[in-house]
Amino acid sequence: MIETAFTPWLSLGGGVLIGVASTLLMFFVGRIMGATGVLAGVVQPASGEDFAWRAAVLAGMISGPAVVWLVSGNMPAVQVPVSTAALVIGGLIVGVGVTFGSGCTSGHGVCGMARLSPRSIVATMTFMVFTFVTVFLLRHVFGA
Amino acid sequence: MKLIVLYLIGLVFGVGISISGMANPAKVLNFFDIAGSWDPSLIFVMGGALVTTFIGYKLVFGRSEPVFEGDFSVPTSRTIDLKLVGGSAVFGIGWGIAGFCPGGALPALGTGRWEVFAFVGAVIVGIFLAKWFQNRQPAGATA
Repeated sequence: MIETAFTPWLSLGGGVLIGVASTLLMFFVGRIMGATGVLAGVVQPASGEDFAWRAAVLAGMISGPAVVWLVSGNMPAVQVPVSTAALVIGGLIVGVGVTFGSGCTSGHGVCGMARLSPRSIVATMTFMVFTFVTVFLLRHVFGA
Repeated sequence: MKLIVLYLIGLVFGVGISISGMANPAKVLNFFDIAGSWDPSLIFVMGGALVTTFIGYKLVFGRSEPVFEGDFSVPTSRTIDLKLVGGSAVFGIGWGIAGFCPGGALPALGTGRWEVFAFVGAVIVGIFLAKWFQNRQPAGATA
């Protein structure tokens, strides 16, 4: 377990930027800003045009940390408090879950909830509850 | 031009994720650990993103169409089924195990940390597995 500092202002500012990006994507191309859709559409594109827009968004996302580094002099912190096995097993489970659930934190949690989509509200409440329970079980029951 | 705009939109998202803490699994897992080392920062990420998008969408949907396309392409399904709820539950379990979600991990790839590549690689394998399973289902069957 790694202690992290409470960062309300940076987190709020980051959240606003996520909202600005989601709004701009809808304004320019009429699409939901969902990381699941971006990733799935890049690894298994439906068409060349479909691939192009998602690849451009993905390239922008990946450039984010470099811009933060240029402005602040520090790379964004990536502290991994779990084992490599947990990362890989968790990743596999996430990939299966987001495909069946049609979205993740960005697609359902931000864009869908902002549209007051009943599907997204149910999906978001479901994954939040399951994440809380999983973390509680792993850290406080099984002591991982 | 369109691709440059899309790149810049991705960049705004990537910077937002990076400074918010969503790209840091330690911070994400601490948010979910109310009984332990709780860090409530992610409430501010979610709140800021939701309120901004809610207002932004209200303004955007006042237009007849997006700038570069003829139509808004937003999901229209309202069906709440086992696939949606079960898939979301499974996603939640994976998120709790790894501490990364796709929206946090994609920008985190830009830090060059190998752990992020291991996670995203596993997510891609998971997506292929799920799609393979879905394609095996006879037409009309519901998962």
